[in-house]
Amino acid sequence: MNAPTRSDAIGAFLEQDYAAGFVTTLETDTVPKGLSEDVIRLISARKGEPDWLLDWRLEAYRHWLTMTPPKWAAVQFPPVDFQDIVYYSAPKSKKDGPKSLDEVDPELLRTFEKLGVPLHERARLAGVAVDAVFDSVSVATTFKKELGEHGVIFCSFSEAVKEHPELVRQYLGTVVPPEDNFYAALNSAVFSDGSFVFIPKGVKCPMELSTYFRINARDTGQFERTLIIAEEGASVSYLEGCTAPMRDENQLHAAVVELIALDDAKIKYSTVQNWYPGDKDGKGGIYNFVTKRGDCRGARSHISWTQVETGSAITWKYPSVILRGDSSVGDFHSVALTNNLQQADTGTKMIHMGRNTRSTILSKGISAGRGSNTFRGLVKVTPKAEGARNYTQCDSLLIGDRCAAHTFPTIEVRHPTAHVEHEATTSRIGEDQLFYAMQRGISAEDAVSMIVNGFCREVFKELPMEFAVEAQKLLGVSLEGSVG
Amino acid sequence: MLKINNLHAAIDGKDILKGLNLEVADGEVHAIMGPNGSGKSTLAQVLAGRETFTVTDGSVDWDGTDLLALPAEERARAGLFLAFQYPVEIPGVSNAYFLKAAVNAVRRHRGLPEFDAMDFLAKVKAEMKAVGMKEEFLYRSVNEGFSGGEKKRNEVLQMALLEPRLAVLDETDSGLDIDALKIVAEGVNRLRSPERSMIVITHYQRLLDYIVPDKVHVLSQGRIVRSGGRELALELEEHGYGWIDTAQGGKAGGASAGARP
Ligand SMILES: Nc1ncnc2c1ncn2[C@@H]1O[C@H](COP(=O)(O)OP(=O)(O)OP(=O)(O)O)[C@@H](O)[C@H]1O
Ligand SMILES: [Mg+2]
Repeated sequence: MNAPTRSDAIGAFLEQDYAAGFVTTLETDTVPKGLSEDVIRLISARKGEPDWLLDWRLEAYRHWLTMTPPKWAAVQFPPVDFQDIVYYSAPKSKKDGPKSLDEVDPELLRTFEKLGVPLHERARLAGVAVDAVFDSVSVATTFKKELGEHGVIFCSFSEAVKEHPELVRQYLGTVVPPEDNFYAALNSAVFSDGSFVFIPKGVKCPMELSTYFRINARDTGQFERTLIIAEEGASVSYLEGCTAPMRDENQLHAAVVELIALDDAKIKYSTVQNWYPGDKDGKGGIYNFVTKRGDCRGARSHISWTQVETGSAITWKYPSVILRGDSSVGDFHSVALTNNLQQADTGTKMIHMGRNTRSTILSKGISAGRGSNTFRGLVKVTPKAEGARNYTQCDSLLIGDRCAAHTFPTIEVRHPTAHVEHEATTSRIGEDQLFYAMQRGISAEDAVSMIVNGFCREVFKELPMEFAVEAQKLLGVSLEGSVG
Repeated sequence: MLKINNLHAAIDGKDILKGLNLEVADGEVHAIMGPNGSGKSTLAQVLAGRETFTVTDGSVDWDGTDLLALPAEERARAGLFLAFQYPVEIPGVSNAYFLKAAVNAVRRHRGLPEFDAMDFLAKVKAEMKAVGMKEEFLYRSVNEGFSGGEKKRNEVLQMALLEPRLAVLDETDSGLDIDALKIVAEGVNRLRSPERSMIVITHYQRLLDYIVPDKVHVLSQGRIVRSGGRELALELEEHGYGWIDTAQGGKAGGASAGARP
């Protein structure tokens, strides 16, 4: 018989091109490799930062020196040489950075356009404001004026330090303190840029906000810092997207995201992460070691994390919510996909401190190829959290028989009225299902993406419309060649 | 015209089909009967292109094409349909979505315009009515939690929608109540036409009261050991399979079809 074998079909389906894998050639302002107090001073000086921020960085650095990388995650990689990384690289531009899009290097604009994130006026995504971060700096933020009319501040982190130092100083590090963990400390010492969002009291942000992160330069780490504050009764929906060129070396991405919601505020934070995952033999790819945490500081506040993680060689990330305010609500919706040799150790922490706090965890892990996918969840109900409720659902889908899925749920309950529910399922896309679909004329690829999309539906419906479609496509591409 | 010649197939190194010969002309309906484990479902799945079975010898010619050279989905698109003995559940995928994808895959292959959601719904609802399925089955996951009989009706629904050129029904009558049996039989009879052939695998001659076959075959130990007309089914019902092996010694395509032992 000369019919192609099913493993060929599945193999072809999982192999794919990483469309965002190109490199942009630009003149850059790059600090030499390595990390020291001098490098931190240099970064801070480049950005014209006030002394208090430099001191904050240096303190974080000194603390970092006393720490060691965490070892508990179910991921394996050779030790990272932190002296072999470039900590600051920025496209060269006119002294003070571009004031308007006309001053942005056209090569940069083309890069973002190619990535599907047009920054110029006419082609902008309708109703979505974008902050574009390229290596260590923000190159453009759109719709600033329109947002300003509502009192919304949406700008790069560097700009916030200059224009709104009192807000930055008040909130920076209050959710993720510099000494929180190894990568958070490193980020606090060397962070270069990121986004800053402030929604004043009572304001519903009139459009979706988004940041697009792009790593371009070789040997460069990206350490961005995002801070989002929603005052009393304010609400905002924010989305981040990420890509990087295909390179044979691993590159480090260690971000910190802090969210603060005051009374009755709502923050919805969505991520579509598509960093370069490395090739099918596991060469290259981004190490994505990220600390994301939201603080429901006010009563009845609501923080919701939604993530679609398809990229990166290694993902280490646990977007969490501290439910401090009474009756506050935390959600975590996640799709994490690993293919080839990708490893993901991801999950969430819900820390119930206020009374009648509620949280929901919905995790969908998909493993294909030789991918490894771990869900790690912590639900903690402290002694004062009367009437706390959590519902956790954790589903794994395996494609083929060389991949792995693990779940590590931890539940710590210190109040008798707490109500915690956990459900978990594991299923495998079986040869019988594929044959059934193929017997109906449906290709194996289409059958897999049908099953995968069905599996992820509950999470996708949490994403803003435009991005749900993107995410669906991304999963299709990321799974190409996985049927086997 | 389907011509199966000396077909041998194995799974996990175990021979199941051992030199099977069968010809089905256009427009004919053939029934295949035979004891449990004799290889009926294996034949059905090998025809449909399931790769867990290895064809070790023989050939299958289907209107001049080498059927065994085509991957499963191409056989389906070219008009081969298998109603599964055990229809497979696909959680998370709605029946409507699955059926539409299947119908459109086949239509694309035939150079017909794809159905949009409206056209498709109109068509599928009409067919569901004919097989006595409630609309809610459109919105449930494919076969998930369907009762045995509901799964079988869903198979007949798919057959009606895909309008195959060659349909293989593997025990579609098993587990059906008498009303459902009539509905399934009507579904099959409606599809009968001069250019459409069918192979109906069954254990019960009762089905053949409703679907009157042109020929009846007995499959035993991987071979067709007896062929005849309808009356062969009646004999089997009366005497079981025991007499066949002794009377015919396993010789394929017995000359005196329908002869009493
Ligand atoms: N995956 C498998 N592994 C091992 N043996 C198998 C496998 N599938 C089928 N067989 C064997 O092949 C033989 C034929 O099975 P098949 O399903 O074709 O029988 P059948 O005639 O359809 O029986 P029934 O009337 O019970 O449906 C049986 O002995 C069965 O155990
Ligand atoms: Mg069978």
